[in-house]
Amino acid sequence: MSIHSTETRRIPDRLGTPLKGAIFSWPSLLLVVGAVLFIVNSLASPYFLSPWSLSDATFNFTEKVLIALAMALLIIAGEIDLSVASIIALASTMMGLALQYGAGTGELVLIGVVTGLVCGAFNGFLVTGLGLPSIVVTIGTMSFFRGISYIVLGDQAFKGYPASFAYFGQGYVFWVFSFEFVLFLVCSLIYYVLLHRTNFGRQIFAIGNNDVAARFSGIRVERVKFILFLLTGLMSGIASVLLTSRLDSTRPSIAAGWELEAVTMVVLGGVSILGGSGTIQGVVIAALIMGLVTFGLGLLNVPGIVMSIVIGALLIFVIALPILFRKFRNRRR
Amino acid sequence: MSQILKLREFWLAVLIAALVFATDMRAPGFASPGRLSGIVEDSSILMILALGQMVVILTRSIDLSMASNLALSGMIVALINKAAPGIPVPALMLIATTCGLLLGALNGLFIWRLGIPAIVVTLGSLTIYRGVIFLIAGGQWVNADAFSASFVAYTRIEFLGLSLLVWYAVAIVIAFVILMSRTSLGRSFYAVGVNPTAAVYAGIDVGRTTFYAFCLSGLLSGFCGYLWVSRYVIGSVEVARGYELTVVAACVIGGISISGGVGTVAGAVLGALFLGVINGALPVINISPFWQMAISGAAIILAVVLNGRGAKRGQRLILKNAEATA
Repeated sequence: MSIHSTETRRIPDRLGTPLKGAIFSWPSLLLVVGAVLFIVNSLASPYFLSPWSLSDATFNFTEKVLIALAMALLIIAGEIDLSVASIIALASTMMGLALQYGAGTGELVLIGVVTGLVCGAFNGFLVTGLGLPSIVVTIGTMSFFRGISYIVLGDQAFKGYPASFAYFGQGYVFWVFSFEFVLFLVCSLIYYVLLHRTNFGRQIFAIGNNDVAARFSGIRVERVKFILFLLTGLMSGIASVLLTSRLDSTRPSIAAGWELEAVTMVVLGGVSILGGSGTIQGVVIAALIMGLVTFGLGLLNVPGIVMSIVIGALLIFVIALPILFRKFRNRRR
Repeated sequence: MSQILKLREFWLAVLIAALVFATDMRAPGFASPGRLSGIVEDSSILMILALGQMVVILTRSIDLSMASNLALSGMIVALINKAAPGIPVPALMLIATTCGLLLGALNGLFIWRLGIPAIVVTLGSLTIYRGVIFLIAGGQWVNADAFSASFVAYTRIEFLGLSLLVWYAVAIVIAFVILMSRTSLGRSFYAVGVNPTAAVYAGIDVGRTTFYAFCLSGLLSGFCGYLWVSRYVIGSVEVARGYELTVVAACVIGGISISGGVGTVAGAVLGALFLGVINGALPVINISPFWQMAISGAAIILAVVLNGRGAKRGQRLILKNAEATA
């Protein structure tokens, strides 16, 4: 990761007024972008503004955002996990294997989640136990975890999950609110409280800003980071259960490329890739925006790969804009 | 002699030789010159890309867009060749290289001028470049029969028993040895990575050097775009998908430190060769090619663990002491 900003952090003489701060904050900026997209979408396609199609739209991002929530914490703490999509593949493969031995729905979910936790613990051990850089470790485990899926499955697929298992990815809690969407809301709330309202959350920010100082103020840096890797593994395991249930099958190529999408969500959500700052609100809104873009363009029959151009451009553009703005302002001064 | 024994490149070379030897025991004929030159040929493109990635990693950045850049540049020359088979291949190579250079420079500009972290910029351009392939090709593939004979031949012509593809790689490796050890640009890549602040005091423009690193990785990606399309005789959106991480893997296995400033040309070349030997050996000893991914993953993890053991010093140690006395 690049550490080229020679610019020192400037401390303002006067704190901005809370209202002004709230209006010009990253999440509210994103919210405006989201609202514009929403309006554009509803004007562009007559099929957009119906509760059911909006409900369908949520399936585009709920599984990814579950991972992004945990990833946000990890990135704020100055680490990264690129193996999340491979954890999904491995967890799904393990569930498929268990299915061959006649596991029921309960055991399947348990196995998916536990596989996620084990993978997270493995990453966490390599990074915190051996003190290795997380970006390389997780590039390694990314091939390794998915590689195991390929060894088990080859070009085959596991199919025939029990009917009750389908609830997690296809079921509705009430009316148009799918199980996935409700889970997404609950998890967002939990992560919001965890990051912004608990001691643990403050420790994450402290570590991300300066892990040496954090260590000297009595924070167990390694332990916090290990827990964050565990959480990321856990969320990947949960996402794997949802995705497997929704697709009703397991292939080794499942969720390919999701790690980069999750990172995009997090960065778009205003989390600094260098660590130390970010909000859960931002990530959630960024996820909604990405969901809106994908779904809206999908309604207009735009192919998926063109959507990825939009997402990629959005990522760079949204980050470049404030920097350009700041540069321009500094030059005028 | 004892100096050589301490070099990790030496041990990596020994490991590769041992792998070849062990495979030859299981499947006689693996170590024959013909087979080995085939493996070198298979890893040539990876070698070139690893050199480009090495320069970027040396400056504490990472270029995740290399594979997309390669695919886009490759698709452009494939389309040109399909539309106008008369254009000589060296001109196409130049076009691919220039195209790659521009795409790399675009990454570099965002990183240099706006100070956006390299991982974010290249994550974005990774998806954008690949999406553009779809747009310019209209979702179509360029199939084998669409290429002119010379387009395909320029990586296959044999010279002194090795194909031109290998000779391109050899030429680039030699150029890199000179660049990295004999020019001020090469040395400044190291200087920027080891200590950016000290580099500034030594009169090195850190941002500009990083920009050059991205230009270089882009340039090589573009050139490899032609090589890839010519070698595998296909141009499609799927070309080299996910290959960016294989390139990083080759660098990591070659001992190039992701935190910058540490790495050699020999390391990058051997890292690529290591992956090439494994990929070549698996089918020969009757292991399903589906094992390949897990094995290269395990190799990366192992390489990082070994690298980490060699590099445990500095800040971490001071803190451990502080913890002990507290």
